[in-house]
Amino acid sequence: MSKGLKTTIMILVAMVALGLVTLPGLRQAVQRLRSAPKTEEQARREVMQVPISTPTDVKVQAQMYWISAASPASLEPTTIQLPLSADPVERSKQLINALISRAPSPEKSTLPAEASLLAFYIQPDRTAIADFSDEIASAMPSGILSEQLAVQSITLTLGANLTGIRQLKILVHGQEAETLAGHLDLYGLFPVPSPPGVSPAASAPPSGQTAARPAPKTKTSH
Amino acid sequence: MGVPGKLISIFFALWIAAAPAFSWQSQPTQSLVAAPQSALQSSTPVPQQSVPTPAEPAPTPTLPPIPPKKTLAVVILDPAHGGPDRGARGAAGIAESDVVLSYARLVRISLEAQGLRVILARQTNDDPPFDDRSRLANAQRGGIFITLHVSSTGQPGTVRVYSLPHTTFSQDATLAPHARLLPWDRAQFDFVDQSRRLAELIQIQMAQRFRGSSETPFEAPVRQLRTVAAPAVAIEISSVSAPDRTPLDQMGPGLADGIARAVAAFRMIYESGGK
Repeated sequence: MSKGLKTTIMILVAMVALGLVTLPGLRQAVQRLRSAPKTEEQARREVMQVPISTPTDVKVQAQMYWISAASPASLEPTTIQLPLSADPVERSKQLINALISRAPSPEKSTLPAEASLLAFYIQPDRTAIADFSDEIASAMPSGILSEQLAVQSITLTLGANLTGIRQLKILVHGQEAETLAGHLDLYGLFPVPSPPGVSPAASAPPSGQTAARPAPKTKTSH
Repeated sequence: MGVPGKLISIFFALWIAAAPAFSWQSQPTQSLVAAPQSALQSSTPVPQQSVPTPAEPAPTPTLPPIPPKKTLAVVILDPAHGGPDRGARGAAGIAESDVVLSYARLVRISLEAQGLRVILARQTNDDPPFDDRSRLANAQRGGIFITLHVSSTGQPGTVRVYSLPHTTFSQDATLAPHARLLPWDRAQFDFVDQSRRLAELIQIQMAQRFRGSSETPFEAPVRQLRTVAAPAVAIEISSVSAPDRTPLDQMGPGLADGIARAVAAFRMIYESGGK
């Protein structure tokens, strides 16, 4: 055996030994990376995610609207016990989060489980603005029916469990979107029906229909 | 011939060429072809008739112009989605954009058999924007717009027909009740009732052909419909969740025949001025 061949074999043996020594460390590093947040969006969601309940909330029988088992083209109310805040904004967030995460079964779900509510506001004119993550569009089953049921489930659930919201505007990741998932128009405002027994001044049109878009604000000259 | 000689010859050549033109302009207008007598009469003013005198009887009041007959001549068929936007996707790989394109071809044949001109919003696997599809309809006079969809949910084998709800434009109507120039964003405003009527006629046909389909149409704020200035409906078939395309393909002929019959019925209502 030549001297050069011996040197080569020695180097290879040394490299294999080095690889065996560092392998456990590499494996741990890979596992650490795997458990780390996958995307910036997920990290942001974890930071911004509002807790479902706070200690001051009161457990109530909330009426939630999910897809009917008997008639998959319509919604049916389901009552669940839910800790809800007295504050309308917090209460709305809790209801929408429950609508996403607490559907009795995947078949009854109206909103994709991957979606999250990023922000929720109620303006003085009782127009609510719900800002969803991109998954509300990208993970939504495409179709006029499924998109209409998704919006109806939000408006009916809000309307059944709190007063003070007249209509709803839906944003996707802070932006106005043309459609929810290719079909339903997000241009306008969706009327929120009043809870039973409440007769607000603004009587909402039948659910699932868009109200007119608010008139653009005009500047007044002096 | 020297240079001055050439210049003189060019000048004379130009003069000879231009002379007939000058002479035609200077002469009274004549035609070598005799015009029809009626045409000559209509083009010749008759002052005695056009200027009324006190001795003449009072001119008869002019009748209001008869509006041109309203005809439904063209159907714009919109196979939704296309290109990178494949629409609803089934677990078996069925794509909405493919199925609606094959439906559109069948519907086109049935509508053309009714004597209607048909324009497809897309004929290949491309994806025109919503406004480009609407523009096809808005450039036509006497047209209707039908957009075809296949859903990812709903009872398989059923069909739903949608028109825009009135409430989409309720506030706009109060803002500009008499405005005749419709903003593009609200082009459907004047056609909501006609669209609803068309949706009713198609939905009845679908209920007769596809068991489980509703007999009454639906209302939904479908984006594509909002910018169409013509009677416009969306038809959604359930669904891409089928294990293969066979059941969806089997629906094609019935769908095409039902739509054609409903459009023929709508045409009679439309052309008679009814709603």
